[in-house]
Amino acid sequence: MISLHPTVIFLIGGVLAGLVGRRAAGIIVLLTPALGMANLLYLDAEMTWQVDFLEYQLDLFRADKLALLFGYLFHIAAFIGALFSLHLRDRIQQAAAMLYAGSAIGAVFAGDLITFFLFWELAAVTSVFLIWARRTKRAMAAGMRYLIIQVVSGLLFFTGVLLLIQESGSIAFDYIGLDGPASWLILIALGIKCGFPLAHNWLTDAYPEATPTGTVFLSAFTTKVAVYALARAYPGTELLVYVGAAMTVFPIFYAVIENDLRRVLCYSMINQIGFMVCGIGIGTALAMNGAISHAFNDVIFKGLLFMTMGSVLHMTGRMNGSDLGGLYKSMPMTTVFCIVGAASISAFPLFSGFVSKSMVMVAALEEGYSSVWLMLLFASAGVFHHAGIKIPYFAFFAHDAGIRTSDPPLNMRAAMAIGAVLCIAIGSYPAALYALLPFPVEYEPFTAGHVLAQVQLLFFGALAFVWLNLTGLYPPELKSVNLDVEWLYRRLAPRLAMAVGGFIGRADHALRRVVLDGLDAAVSSVRRYVGAQGALTTSLSTGAATLWVAVLLGIFLVIYYARS
Amino acid sequence: MMEKKHLFDDPANVKRLLRAIYVICAVLVGLDLLFLRHGMHEWESMIGFYAIYGFVGCSALVLVAREMRKFLMRDEEYYDDD
Repeated sequence: MISLHPTVIFLIGGVLAGLVGRRAAGIIVLLTPALGMANLLYLDAEMTWQVDFLEYQLDLFRADKLALLFGYLFHIAAFIGALFSLHLRDRIQQAAAMLYAGSAIGAVFAGDLITFFLFWELAAVTSVFLIWARRTKRAMAAGMRYLIIQVVSGLLFFTGVLLLIQESGSIAFDYIGLDGPASWLILIALGIKCGFPLAHNWLTDAYPEATPTGTVFLSAFTTKVAVYALARAYPGTELLVYVGAAMTVFPIFYAVIENDLRRVLCYSMINQIGFMVCGIGIGTALAMNGAISHAFNDVIFKGLLFMTMGSVLHMTGRMNGSDLGGLYKSMPMTTVFCIVGAASISAFPLFSGFVSKSMVMVAALEEGYSSVWLMLLFASAGVFHHAGIKIPYFAFFAHDAGIRTSDPPLNMRAAMAIGAVLCIAIGSYPAALYALLPFPVEYEPFTAGHVLAQVQLLFFGALAFVWLNLTGLYPPELKSVNLDVEWLYRRLAPRLAMAVGGFIGRADHALRRVVLDGLDAAVSSVRRYVGAQGALTTSLSTGAATLWVAVLLGIFLVIYYARS
Repeated sequence: MMEKKHLFDDPANVKRLLRAIYVICAVLVGLDLLFLRHGMHEWESMIGFYAIYGFVGCSALVLVAREMRKFLMRDEEYYDDD
């Protein structure tokens, strides 16, 4: 059997999807990840693909356990996304989605930093089309901001890599650790893509503006490639423990007051990535297993939640909590899928989030990070509040907004069903996932203590929701925008630029005025002497001229005689 | 045409759901009395720790977020009029 590099299949699929007829594109997009998965399963993990590039040897394929887990995950995500978007008659989106998935897969199998960088950039460029494909003015602008930030992150990364190569002479993509400017640059670049605090707004800005199907792909790849890279290059970097803990906590406040439900999911995505970053920072085998398995589960349950919201957007054209409600009556299947996704992200026992997130929390305690553990525990209760309750409640229950529609087309329902089944399967039988993890798993999630603690936390979180709702303390969904760090570059910077531009304009105007006035004065004085009526240019009569000539000759004669 | 009556159109069903939540919460705290949790953090062995933390945490989250609206909330078109 011929083995292909996993990315090649997606590149071929993506190009074909762009060229063939609109109906065939859907089939190709569905076949691509399926064939890709078959290829990957039969691929010899020891195989290498090496290419000479300048004086370096690029290592296009390194399939250790870490890379393989993300490789499998991205194939599953690409398949679910492809099925979810099967009804599309938009080849640009379908081609972009496959090229994007292929780039992400290429990045996780990259054995060296240059290959990783190239695939990373390709992922940035191809993914923006999933935002632009919405074809609204907002999406165009958000896509451009997204692309700029992705490229800036790429430049930081590449600068870091060049410095690193200068220091070590090696392009191998292995442990880097926080040591020197090169490693800082690379960490910041990865941090931007992970949604580190202050650098997180590209995510909440762009993803909600993408197409209903596009967001499903977007949510799977970019941030998880960054998590993968952090896990490879920065395990045990203590700074990440605190950065991760901050990421779990601050976005949930925004999620509570955000109206656009897909943006709520974006904030909750940063919160979930926070658990992964924190686990990578702790760096023990248990913590790393927790971080990586949580990345796996997050792609599936966050994808499922984005699919349910995508279905709502697709069927109703609305996405704001203030416009929705009561959809359980007309979209019952989507409601059930959403609740499964909500239970999974909230880490209910027997749903997928529970078997992975708790590993990070236990690891935090084991390593003596008590205050971090309390933050993570607060964030766990909080995620249930905004993603577990708020999303299903305001979309499908709450007050009936009077919308009568139906569940989405079959392909969308099937994609959601696969996601939901995976959430429950992994949550109920975690051993299958644990077997794929890079470190041997000695962790038992289903102890009476763990289960009871988590269920108590969640049910009393629900009780708080009931209490706040009954007493009217719960903030209603309002049509609004909440200021975040993005204000700096979406409002302050343009305003400053306008102000500075205005000042320069006025100064320029004043300066020109002075010069022009000077020129005017000069012109009019010249005109006074040499103009039409000027003293030096008025034409005189012949008689007067003769007189002047006689006078001059007279003066000449006088001087001539005087000298001789 | 009368629309079909749905599950939560009947206020009695909403009441039943709420009552179920109250009962489950009570039972869960009750279980704390039976199982002596010996966690790694000293607070974990406190009876009802997770219940209190969950309730207080979630309430604090919402109430703080509610206050944040006062200085963070802008009109929906805020960024559009540039």
